[in-house]
Amino acid sequence: MSDYETFLLDGRPVRFERGQTILEAALAAGHYIPNLCHHPEFKPHGSCKLCTIKVNGRYGSACTVKAMPGQEVSSDTPELNGNRRVLLQMLFVEGSHFCPGCEKSGNCALQALAYDLEMLTPHYAHFYPSRPLDASHPDVLIDFNRCIMCELCVRASREVDGKNVFALAGRGVASHVVVNSPSGKLADTDFALTDKAAHICPVGAILPKRVGFAVPIGSRTYDVDAISTLAERRATEEA
Amino acid sequence: MFHVAPTTRKRKVRIATTSLSGCFGCHMSLLDIDERLLALAELVEFDRSPITDIKHCGPCDIAIVEGGVCNAENVHVLRELRANAKVLVALGACAVNGGLPAQRNHLDVGECLTRVYTHRSEGMKGSVPSDPELPLLLDKVHPINEVVRVDYFVPGCPPSGDAIWKYLTDLIDGRIPRLEHPMLRFD
Repeated sequence: MSDYETFLLDGRPVRFERGQTILEAALAAGHYIPNLCHHPEFKPHGSCKLCTIKVNGRYGSACTVKAMPGQEVSSDTPELNGNRRVLLQMLFVEGSHFCPGCEKSGNCALQALAYDLEMLTPHYAHFYPSRPLDASHPDVLIDFNRCIMCELCVRASREVDGKNVFALAGRGVASHVVVNSPSGKLADTDFALTDKAAHICPVGAILPKRVGFAVPIGSRTYDVDAISTLAERRATEEA
Repeated sequence: MFHVAPTTRKRKVRIATTSLSGCFGCHMSLLDIDERLLALAELVEFDRSPITDIKHCGPCDIAIVEGGVCNAENVHVLRELRANAKVLVALGACAVNGGLPAQRNHLDVGECLTRVYTHRSEGMKGSVPSDPELPLLLDKVHPINEVVRVDYFVPGCPPSGDAIWKYLTDLIDGRIPRLEHPMLRFD
């Protein structure tokens, strides 16, 4: 008997430590599973469903299902990637994701996943939301129209910054991120540019001011490397 | 220098192109294939297009549509292309998802026009243009797949000359066209 445990990911054995989720184990082993609301420093959220895999024939979120010996996991299949593409399309039409006019373009995880999964059209009818910008803070701008409700800012502000600046409000299709201040404005909180929450947004919703095009379009993170290539390389470097 | 399909082709592929609610940036990007234009000219001939200045489209193999649908004329042009083309390609961000013109979609079009044409500084007072020659604006800017069936989507603002060349030559040579990183871009 071997001294480590493995599960099968798309037919390849992946080693894991007890307590790791399938996503953590796969990423550490250099096997990319698409994910959006996941962040290695925070507890799993399991809301975006991009990391949906099949474990022993049943659907599960790779970020929440614990790795167990002998599991048969499929991830990179036409069926699952097709579902992921549909999830991305729905995220794109729910917000205002005009990439050519967004300063996050090229550093945006939503866009990078759409590249990686070859999403060529948003397909569905757009919502064209009309949520007011919050430019009240001297150092940070919020465009709520681009929010995908991954709750990373909520988690970062609560768990790392200890400030609880953000929260999710509303239910179902009316869910949205709000700012915890009497006026609802970011300027009336103790939010600071040095906060973790100021730099964690995977899309262009929370943007530090005055750095927009310091790195030109075309030279940005995901312009140079695909998001999957980057994740796999990171695993190799850490190993 | 460039790969060109064998010359056993019976006839040239007929292509129509148009810019609806776009900025002609995608057409400029088509010209960015540079000297490959000569290779393209061996393979295709153009029907209605800003390149030929033909006003109405006849039967053709491929229609390439830049820009979204923002007014009544766009609808007529798009439907004419769809009726005449075997394959219709949405080229660029505006055709694919409305693009930057669609940023007016959460606003009332009447208010937009009033603000643009009448709220001006002193001495510049104007009125909303109402010449019957002008095409009627739609209340929303639509991606073209909301008006006609679209066969292929090429995102990008604009798609690079290389991406357009790859896509066109795939189509013309009968391969399933495909764009991958780094040619697949939304900006």
